[in-house]
Amino acid sequence: MNDEHAPPTPAVGLHGLTKRFGDVVAVRAIELEIGDGEFFSLLGPSGCGKTTTLRMIAGLEFPTEGSLTIFGQEVGTLPPNKRPVNTVFQNYALFPHLDIHDNVAFGLRMQGVGKKDASRRVGEALEMVRLGEMGTRRPSQLSGGQQQRIALARALVNRPKVLLLDEPLGALDLKLRQEMQGELKSLQRELGITFVFVTHDQEEALTMSDRIGVMHDGDLLQVDPPESIYEHPVNRFVADFIGQTNLLEGTVEDADTICLANGARIPLTTGLPVGTSVAVILRPERASVTPRADDAHGRSSVDGVIRSVTYLGNSIVYQIGLDWMKIDVREENRPDTHRLDAGAEVTVSWDHRAVSVVEN
Amino acid sequence: MTVAETADTAIVIDEGVAAATPEFERAAERAKARRGFLIALPAYAYLVLFFATPLVIVAVYSFATRNRFGATELRDWNLESYRRLGDSLVRDIVFRSLWLALLTTLICLVVSYPFAYFLATRSPLVRNVMLVFVMIPFWSNFLVRNFAWRVLLGNDGPVSRVSELIGFGETRILFTPTAVVLGLVYGFMPFMILPLYAAIERIDLGLVEASRDLYASGWQTFRRVLLPLSMPGVIAGSILVFVPSLGAYVTPEILGGAKTTLLGSYIVTQFLTARNWPVGAALSFVLMIVMLFATIIYFRKGGRTL
Repeated sequence: MNDEHAPPTPAVGLHGLTKRFGDVVAVRAIELEIGDGEFFSLLGPSGCGKTTTLRMIAGLEFPTEGSLTIFGQEVGTLPPNKRPVNTVFQNYALFPHLDIHDNVAFGLRMQGVGKKDASRRVGEALEMVRLGEMGTRRPSQLSGGQQQRIALARALVNRPKVLLLDEPLGALDLKLRQEMQGELKSLQRELGITFVFVTHDQEEALTMSDRIGVMHDGDLLQVDPPESIYEHPVNRFVADFIGQTNLLEGTVEDADTICLANGARIPLTTGLPVGTSVAVILRPERASVTPRADDAHGRSSVDGVIRSVTYLGNSIVYQIGLDWMKIDVREENRPDTHRLDAGAEVTVSWDHRAVSVVEN
Repeated sequence: MTVAETADTAIVIDEGVAAATPEFERAAERAKARRGFLIALPAYAYLVLFFATPLVIVAVYSFATRNRFGATELRDWNLESYRRLGDSLVRDIVFRSLWLALLTTLICLVVSYPFAYFLATRSPLVRNVMLVFVMIPFWSNFLVRNFAWRVLLGNDGPVSRVSELIGFGETRILFTPTAVVLGLVYGFMPFMILPLYAAIERIDLGLVEASRDLYASGWQTFRRVLLPLSMPGVIAGSILVFVPSLGAYVTPEILGGAKTTLLGSYIVTQFLTARNWPVGAALSFVLMIVMLFATIIYFRKGGRTL
């Protein structure tokens, strides 16, 4: 029994976890605790170390340095078959020589679960992913989406303490991917199992996760809930990687003002020392475009010319040329939206609460 | 009525079009088959001339009669030669040959599999270099290599010397079945390694990781995933080693003693020394049939496990 005031044991704990391949540092001194029952995503571009981190948790790579715990137990050097985790692989890795039933039963049989008991649990797992009828087929006879679900059933049937998912939806087409996102999320909530989900798709991470860890070049840059990641990115990379962003270069002039690259001054309280080089993060949907006007009604503003107009159905994206850079602004396509044409002289304005600032 | 008539006409037209197409298709298919046959003709001709024809001659001779002077007479067709195969002498030779061939195949398999797996999991450069090393023995004459083993295994050869040095005393390996098996394993090992390598190389190693992730130990992963998936290589390699081992002549002649006559030597003796061609032919023919059936059964079984 845990002391009521003691912090609960994290499902996965990474402390100073480092992985080097020769001279290349794939993962650099990661500090991370993933809570029991959490849906945690590791997000980053390819080669950022997210998959290596996942493989270390699975036991498919051994850490060079640091500690790795699963529910408090140090597992850093245990082989994969001695860890209470299971993995859904990117290419599913279903055994081609076994039928679906035997694929799903594999983990149970290896743990010494009796044939009868295993069969019953396999049946339940197949029902859970709604492929109860497929037991006698071979993996090659199933579609990509079905194979994906079998891979999920094959992992979950073992009731792992932590489920690891390595870009499991990457090979599916958009519609199926969105459907599977919903299914995964509700499955996770139902089972209460900790999910560690690796993806390079920021939208996927934002949609599904309780918390997201953004990785870049082996470093874990930021760990926060989706809203915080989007609203308050800790640096340029995170701001740029998550969602679309305009980064307006500038310098801190005084406590409440930032001087943009063209000399325009905008009011913004940062708390950063005077003279710090910064970038103002302006999301395309946070600004509005109006015909050139002198009075910005107390909003921050810059002047520019519309270079191009892209109609996206639910919204319209204006690319606007400022004196020193181009920015994108997205307006929702409402019946009362007044569409502006390319070449129009406009003012881009935003509420000062709509932007955040990162140090360069 | 008019409507029905129109419909009939339409059907007739459809049939006309439909009939023209298969005709054209068939002609194209025939032309393609003809071209394919022409390309394959040299190989066909070679096989018919130098494989099928001698095979028929061997079959015919096996039913012929041997006269008092040791000449073969192609008349009085009989099964006497086949009856001779039941002699205890021949039976012993057959079982000894089968046993040594089986042992050779097993040793080759057990030794080659880890090597082939190691090879298949290296970088392309290392693989190629090591594959060349596997092939290098082929660059020198098979006969010469067998005589080299004679030197190695001789009673005062290097193997014996080393054995003496570490206190096991002089070895007496040469001219024993052990020497024959050693020579056969040495000679045919590459034929086991190459198909195994080709089969293992094709396996997605992600499956090995998946197996380990699903609580399988290293051994269980080998038993449940690697071995079944590499079965085509195991079967092909085993046939390629077993068949020539069973009929081997050079290695048993050079490394085996007088007591370890094997099938190959016995057949040669029948043809050259005993001058009993029908018996030699009958034994050759039976051996061939047995190998053929073994191969077919093996492939059938292998085909099902995949």
